Amino acid sequence: MFEAILLTVITASTPLVIAALGELVTERAGVLNLGVEGMMIMGAVCAFATAQLTGSPYLGILGGILGGGLFSLLFGFLTLTLVANQVATGLALTILGLGLSGQIGESFVGQSGIKLQPIAIPFLSQLPLVGRVLFAQDLTFYLSIALVIGISWFLFKSRAGLKVRAIGDNHGSAHALGIHVIRTRYLAVLFGGACAGLAGAQLSLVYTPQWVENMSAGRGWIALALVVFASWRPWRVLAGGYLFGAVTIGQLHAQAFGLGVPSQLLSALPYAATIVVLIIISHNRRTTLINTPASLGKPFVPER
Amino acid sequence: MKKLIIALAASAALLGGFSTGAQAQEKKKVCFIYVGSKTDGGWTQAHDIGRQELQKTLGDKIETPYLENVPEGPDAERAIERMARSGCAMIFTTSFGFMDATVKVAAKFPDVKFEHATGFKAAPNLATYNSRFYEGRYIQGQIAAKMSKKGLAGYIASFPIPEVVMGINAFELGAKSINPNFKLKVVWANTWFDPGKEADAAKALIDQGVDILTQHTDTTAPMQVAAERGIPAFGQASDMIAAGPKTQLTAIVDTWGAYYIKRTQALLDGTWKSEQIWDGLKDGILTMAPYTNMPDDVKAMAEETEAKIKSGELHPFTGPINKQDGSPWLKAGEKPEDGVLLGMNFYVEGVDDKLPQ
Amino acid sequence: MRIELQKRARVSTLFSIVSPILALALTLVFGGIMFWLLGKSPLGALHSFFIEPLLEVWSLHELAIKAAPLILIGVGLAVCYRSNNWNIGAEGQFTIGAITGSILPVLNPDWHSPLILPLMLVMGMLGGALYAGIPALLKTRFNTNEILTSLMLVYIAQLFLDWLVRGPWRDPQGYNFPQTKSFQIEAVLPEILASGRAHWAFIFAIVAAIALWFMMRFMLKGFEVSVLGQSERAGRFAGFSARKMVWFSMLLSGALAGLAGISEVSGSIGHVQPSISPGYGFTAIIVAFLGRLNPLGIIASGLVLALTYLGGEAAQLSIGISDKVSRVFQGLLLFFVLSCDTLIHYRIRLHFGRTRPAEVAG
Repeated sequence: MFEAILLTVITASTPLVIAALGELVTERAGVLNLGVEGMMIMGAVCAFATAQLTGSPYLGILGGILGGGLFSLLFGFLTLTLVANQVATGLALTILGLGLSGQIGESFVGQSGIKLQPIAIPFLSQLPLVGRVLFAQDLTFYLSIALVIGISWFLFKSRAGLKVRAIGDNHGSAHALGIHVIRTRYLAVLFGGACAGLAGAQLSLVYTPQWVENMSAGRGWIALALVVFASWRPWRVLAGGYLFGAVTIGQLHAQAFGLGVPSQLLSALPYAATIVVLIIISHNRRTTLINTPASLGKPFVPER
Repeated sequence: MKKLIIALAASAALLGGFSTGAQAQEKKKVCFIYVGSKTDGGWTQAHDIGRQELQKTLGDKIETPYLENVPEGPDAERAIERMARSGCAMIFTTSFGFMDATVKVAAKFPDVKFEHATGFKAAPNLATYNSRFYEGRYIQGQIAAKMSKKGLAGYIASFPIPEVVMGINAFELGAKSINPNFKLKVVWANTWFDPGKEADAAKALIDQGVDILTQHTDTTAPMQVAAERGIPAFGQASDMIAAGPKTQLTAIVDTWGAYYIKRTQALLDGTWKSEQIWDGLKDGILTMAPYTNMPDDVKAMAEETEAKIKSGELHPFTGPINKQDGSPWLKAGEKPEDGVLLGMNFYVEGVDDKLPQ
Repeated sequence: MRIELQKRARVSTLFSIVSPILALALTLVFGGIMFWLLGKSPLGALHSFFIEPLLEVWSLHELAIKAAPLILIGVGLAVCYRSNNWNIGAEGQFTIGAITGSILPVLNPDWHSPLILPLMLVMGMLGGALYAGIPALLKTRFNTNEILTSLMLVYIAQLFLDWLVRGPWRDPQGYNFPQTKSFQIEAVLPEILASGRAHWAFIFAIVAAIALWFMMRFMLKGFEVSVLGQSERAGRFAGFSARKMVWFSMLLSGALAGLAGISEVSGSIGHVQPSISPGYGFTAIIVAFLGRLNPLGIIASGLVLALTYLGGEAAQLSIGISDKVSRVFQGLLLFFVLSCDTLIHYRIRLHFGRTRPAEVAG
């Protein structure tokens, strides 16, 4: 039973982790994109449509990444090229995404989707206790772990990552040093959109292989919260995502167990837990300030 | 100026109609207002299928415009009023949450007929209609008791409203009529519509050891989970066999079409009256999806129960029934009044959950 | 081709006026093309969107009803955002305001006094303010990010409301359905005119907008908001406290959201039920930015956004344009407005041909 619960938690947490990791990179470059929910749902519908039309869930994953990525460029054009307000544009992106995905997905409603099958890694998946949980998963889970490792390395160990962080901390100085602020930010936004799209693909191909309108059901917002919660550190995103997933699944088990606590109270637990952990983390003012991208949400126009 | 043109156009149309004599009347508008998307795969879709049947059957006499995704509250009141003003002769408001809005607009437009689904407030031009879903739940309970090895079923519930509680009780009573020790675990998803959460609830129940699953939420996600885990399950609102070809035992299918045709015909004939209608299996307002994936004797039993409910020989809520705490509710042979069922807020004996109060 | 922006020396008055018109024109053109592609008459669709809801008196009332909460919340948020405090949990403050404001009529259904309504409004404002006080407290005391805490509190507020109306506040005569008793007539916010449903919330919204406009324009407090918003350091030199500003702006926007909440429940719904807002608190964020964080601009943007909701409905009924298309259309409008506003602060230059390497920087 323990193993089964763990598997459920992983499925519930993976989309949150992936979308949050993408947004983390976007925000590290100093751009606040509140449109995660919209990009996620676009990823979900594009992934589902591609998988249904081609019969391949892997092409579906690719479709989701492309869908989310292309959609994010719309945000990029408005906020980076035209320096429109990021908060408002992000919210508008969500409205547009929810409408557009419903329109695209209309003919796919009610179809049974193709589930992305797990890939068991030989030998490792035979390990006692953790084998089946960690090494017999589907591609999206492996990708989420690879993303955590990759992004940690990229941001803190690579030259390019250093540039991204420099832009996020002070775009004026970064520009003066000859770093391409706008171009880098475009790439960061694109990466965030692609990750949100991948997270959406996980929803419509792994979590619940089907398409219904609004199926992201607010998970994009949770992903946004996770980024701040993790104080812009990739490993903490992973931890936070799993904590949130565990509390969500835990409350369902508490109900099935018959604890007799109001279900609304249990449903509120993940949100309350997020606030509490956040207070603990941000209590130390200095560590928070070190990690927060100082230029977050501020527009940049190169002076000439 | 604009009004003048409209008036001219209208009179021209009228004149045209009279002169040919073929179509003496223009098409009547029968309008529908939905709380969800018409392709939600559940509640709203069932209503929309009913609307389409109506359109197909009486399409030469009526039009059927609709509004979807209308939030409950002031938006609903505006949407219904817009319909009334745009010339709808009859308006079906298909969610409980539209009740007060429907009542208010109905009072303003005495010449328009209103029909509100699942509510309890009526007026001379406002009828209510509802379906005895619990009859289907009772049959499901009996099948579950036959099919479950452990005698333990999982129930994914949406919100603690009487309709859902009634369904849980009917399921448990049906199951206990076969296996007196049958137990039921309930998880409240607090949503009608969130595939991810419904799937999580299904997994949680299965992990807690239930070996049969039923749902009172609207997406096919729980059915998919059941199919994956290889345990049987029941569908809700529409036939979900596509999501679980080897999984679905049967489903309660909301078939509003017959009702919509009946009431629209009454409107066209001028015989429409405000009524409080609570129809059941025998009236065809709900039907059971084909009994599949079960042995023949179980299927025969289900069909027999269905026939008995239709003929009125069997009422799922027939005493003796005890409440959850063991205190008596109905004496032997006693049947509850409809009002008691419609306001049900307690469990019967055997449900392994504490009802949210 | 490459687009280059050049900052104007001062804000262009011309483009302040031209930009929204240009945005509207672009929306009409692109929206028209979209409707045409979907096989609908573009003119008919645009007519139902923008004209039809304005033709009848009752519909104008509905416009005011829909716009009122958007404006009320939007102007409060504008002050918040101007001072660099990111309250995005107005939806939660709206919900709590609706709850605290409803305590009196729900618990005392037989209290028929003219006092009840003003008390409800005050309690609604207090509730909203207190709820916004939580992220303010966490920000000032623990340095916790208010974007996140205010957002999390939205979900908690909604679940609390859900629990209340399904549990302790449920109408015992209501067949156990999740709603409270209808409010007594003294507890219902009256309509402004006899010709329609529009009630006093719209007046509150206009008054609040004008008052805040006055404050931002002519009062020291408004100056303080702008200075602290632009630079906390500069504010400190001027003797302003950023910490106090957190409290001021959060409590103010919370109180206005709370007022919107109780007004909506008392004036438009007449009882408390699980769903009382189709996301007003979030839509108001867009309204605030569309109005360029200027309280008077927010009156206009609130009305325009409300119009697109009504228009979407009209288009769905009269020519069968689905609500998804309406939302896409709404998104288009927002994008065009946001991008055209660039013209107010910047000159746009288009460069054709190959870019020289030196110009790539940036």
